[in-house]
Amino acid sequence: MRNFAHLSTNNGEMYSRGTLSGGQVYPCGRPDTRPASSPFFLEAKGLKKSFGLKPVLRSIDLTLSGGERVALLGANGAGKTTLLRILVGLTKPGAGSACIDGLDIVRDAQQVRHLVGFVAHQPYLYDELTALENLYFFGKMYTVKNIQERASLLLDKVGLEKSARERVAVLSRGQVQRLSLARALLHSPHHLLLDEPDTGLDQKGRDLVEALLEEHTARGGTILFTTHQLERALQMSDSIIMLNKGRIVFQKKRADLELDKLQKTYQEVT
Amino acid sequence: MALANRDTQTKHRDTRMGTPGQHKNTRPPIASLALLTLTFIGMMTSIFMIFLYVPTDAIEGIPQRIFYFHVPIAWIGMLAFGVLAVASIGYLWKKDERWDWLARASAEVGTIFITLALITGSIWGRTTWGTWWTWDARLTTTLILWFIYIGYMMLRGYMGRTPASARSGAVLAIVGVIDVPIIYESVNWWRTLHPQAEVGTPGALPPEVVLTLMISLVTFTLLYSFLMVQIYQLQKMQALAQQLHADIE
Amino acid sequence: MIFLEQVIAILWKDVRYELRSKQMWTGMGLFALLVLVIFNFTFDLRVDNVAAIAPGALWVAFVFASLLGLGRTIAAEREIGSMDRLLLCPVDRKAIYLAKLLGNMLFIGVVEIVALPIFAALFNVPLFVGALLPIVLLSTLGIAAVGTLFSAMAAATRARELLLPILVFPLIVPIVIGAVRATGTLLAPAVNEPPWLGLIAAFDVIFLTVSMLTFEYVIEE
Repeated sequence: MRNFAHLSTNNGEMYSRGTLSGGQVYPCGRPDTRPASSPFFLEAKGLKKSFGLKPVLRSIDLTLSGGERVALLGANGAGKTTLLRILVGLTKPGAGSACIDGLDIVRDAQQVRHLVGFVAHQPYLYDELTALENLYFFGKMYTVKNIQERASLLLDKVGLEKSARERVAVLSRGQVQRLSLARALLHSPHHLLLDEPDTGLDQKGRDLVEALLEEHTARGGTILFTTHQLERALQMSDSIIMLNKGRIVFQKKRADLELDKLQKTYQEVT
Repeated sequence: MALANRDTQTKHRDTRMGTPGQHKNTRPPIASLALLTLTFIGMMTSIFMIFLYVPTDAIEGIPQRIFYFHVPIAWIGMLAFGVLAVASIGYLWKKDERWDWLARASAEVGTIFITLALITGSIWGRTTWGTWWTWDARLTTTLILWFIYIGYMMLRGYMGRTPASARSGAVLAIVGVIDVPIIYESVNWWRTLHPQAEVGTPGALPPEVVLTLMISLVTFTLLYSFLMVQIYQLQKMQALAQQLHADIE
Repeated sequence: MIFLEQVIAILWKDVRYELRSKQMWTGMGLFALLVLVIFNFTFDLRVDNVAAIAPGALWVAFVFASLLGLGRTIAAEREIGSMDRLLLCPVDRKAIYLAKLLGNMLFIGVVEIVALPIFAALFNVPLFVGALLPIVLLSTLGIAAVGTLFSAMAAATRARELLLPILVFPLIVPIVIGAVRATGTLLAPAVNEPPWLGLIAAFDVIFLTVSMLTFEYVIEE
C-alpha cells in the first residue's frame, strides 16, 4: 500500500479533528492582552477554508483595532467574501480561529453576532416587507432597545425617511444598499464588515454612507471592507490588504505605502 | 485484491519527503486478514451446521433452515443502524471526520444487510404460509428501517462529501434510531386488531438450534466487522483523495 | 421571554410574507380535495364500508397535502436569499425552528379546516365530534415537527421534492397509524383500542424535542 503522506500538505494529518481540514486551533487571547487603547479588537489567526475540493482561504492572519479602516482588495474568487462571512459567523472556518473583542467566533458565536454588522453582496432584507418593517424585524432579532426611535433615526441618516413605508421590492438598488447599511448599524456593532459597499450608490449615496462610517469609527468602531477599486480603497482606508488565491500577498498601512509598488502588485493580482 | 490496512493512516513520523518511486515496507493488513480468516472459518462451520448438523424442523421442513441466515442478517442490520446512530452522535459531538467515515461505512453495510434480511424473510414467509409478504411487526419495521437506510444513502449522495452532508446525515440517523422502537410498537398495536401470521419460531428452542443460531450470529458479526474495516478505510481514502485534489489546485 | 418574542416575530414575518405572495394555500387546498375525490372513486363506498375507508382517505389526503406545504417556509427562504438573513442575527436557532414549525402547522391547519367539512360531505360521515380536534391537532404537530426539520435538510439538495417524502414518510408511520385508527374509533367505536392519542402525544413530545435540538446542525453552514 503506497504511502501518500508526502503528497499531503496538511502536516500528514489525514483526518480532521475539531475542524474539517485538520490543523491548529488557537485559543482567544485573554482580554488583558489586547492593546489598552482600543476596546474594540478583531484578530484572526491561521484562518483556512475549503469548499469541498476547492481551497478558498489558505491561512489568513489579520488584526484590526478600534477606529481602524482596512480595505481588502483582490480579484473575484480570491477569498474576500469568504473571509468576511467567517468573521461574521455565517461560515465556520476550516482551520484557525478568530477573536472579536476577546470572544471566539466559533465558541461564542451568538455573542459575537451582536458585535458585528455585515453588509453583503445580497442585501439580506425581506422583499415583501417595508423598509420600516424590515428594521423592526431585525431589531427584534438583535434585541435592540427603543427600536422605533433607532429605526427612524437610521432611516433618516441613510436618506430613506420618505421610503420608510415602501416595500423593499420597489426600492432602487442604491436605496436597498443604504437600507442594508441601516440594518447593519441597527444594533450599534463594534465592527462593520462591508462587501463592496459602494455598489449601486450615486455620489449622494456615497456621501451619506461615508458620513455614517465616519461616525462609526469616531465611536471607536472598526471597518473591514472589500472593494475592486484601488482609488476608493486608498481614499477610504487606513491600511490595505491584498488577497490572492486565498493568501495575503500585500499588507501595508497607508502611511507606509509606496504607490507604484502598490499599483504593480495590484496589476499582478487582478 | 487490496485488503484495507492501517497503512492508509499516516503518521508524522512516517512522512517521507521527495522519494518518489520508493515506497516503504508496507505492514501486512493484520486486522483485515484476521477478520477474513475468522469469518471464513465461521462461514464454513455455520454452513456445515445449518445444513448438516441441525435436525430438520418437524413443522416447516427443510426451508426452515433459512431462519439461521435470516435472524443473524436481520440482527446485523439492526446493529449496523445502532452503530450508525452512535457514530452520528459522535460526529456531532466531537466534529471529528472519522466518526463520519464510521457512520457512512455502517450505513452502506447496513443497507445491504437489511435488504438481505427482507429478502430472506420474504422467502421464509413464502415457504411457510405461501405469501411473499406479511405485515407483521418485525417484517414491517424492517421494511421501514430499509426505507430509512435508503433515505440516508440518498441524502448523503445528494449532498456530497461535505460537513453539511455529514451533519444532516447524523441528524437523520439520530431521529431514525429514536423512531424505530416507536414504529415497532405502533405496528404491534395495529396488528392486535388484525392478527396475522408471524415471522418467527414459537416455543422453546432445542439446544442444537440455539447452538447453530449462535454460531451463525457470531459468523455474521465477524463478516460485518470485516466489511466495516474495508469500507471505513475506503471512506478514509476517499477523504484523502478529496483533500489531495484540493491541495493540487 | 425574548425567545418567545423572537419566535412570534419570525412567524409573523413568514405569515405576512405568505399572505402578500399568495402562493401555497390554494394549491394545497385543491390537492387535498382532489385526493379525497379520487378516493371516492377508488373505493366502493357503500354505507357499511364507509367507516373503514374514510379515515384512511382523510389522512392520506392530509399527509400528502402536508408534504406539499412543508417545503414552503424553509424553501422560500433558501430560494430567495438563503437563511443567511436569519443566521446572521444572534437569534436562538431553536426559535427559528419553532417559528417555522408553527408556520407550517398554520398552513397545514388551514387546509385541514377547509378539507374536513368537504370530507364529511363526500363520505357522508358525522364530522363535528369533539374528539376529532385533538386528533387532528396532535397529528399535524407530529408531522410538522419531523417535516420542518427534514425540509431544512432537503432544501439544500437538488432533489428537494423527491427527497422530502422519502425521508419523512417512514418516520411518521406511528402518527399515520395512530391518526387513522383514532379517527376510525371516533366514527365506529370499538372496544380494547390501544391509546392512540397517547401514542401520538408521546411521539410529538419526543420528536419536537429532538428536532428542536438538532435543527441548528442542519441549517448552519
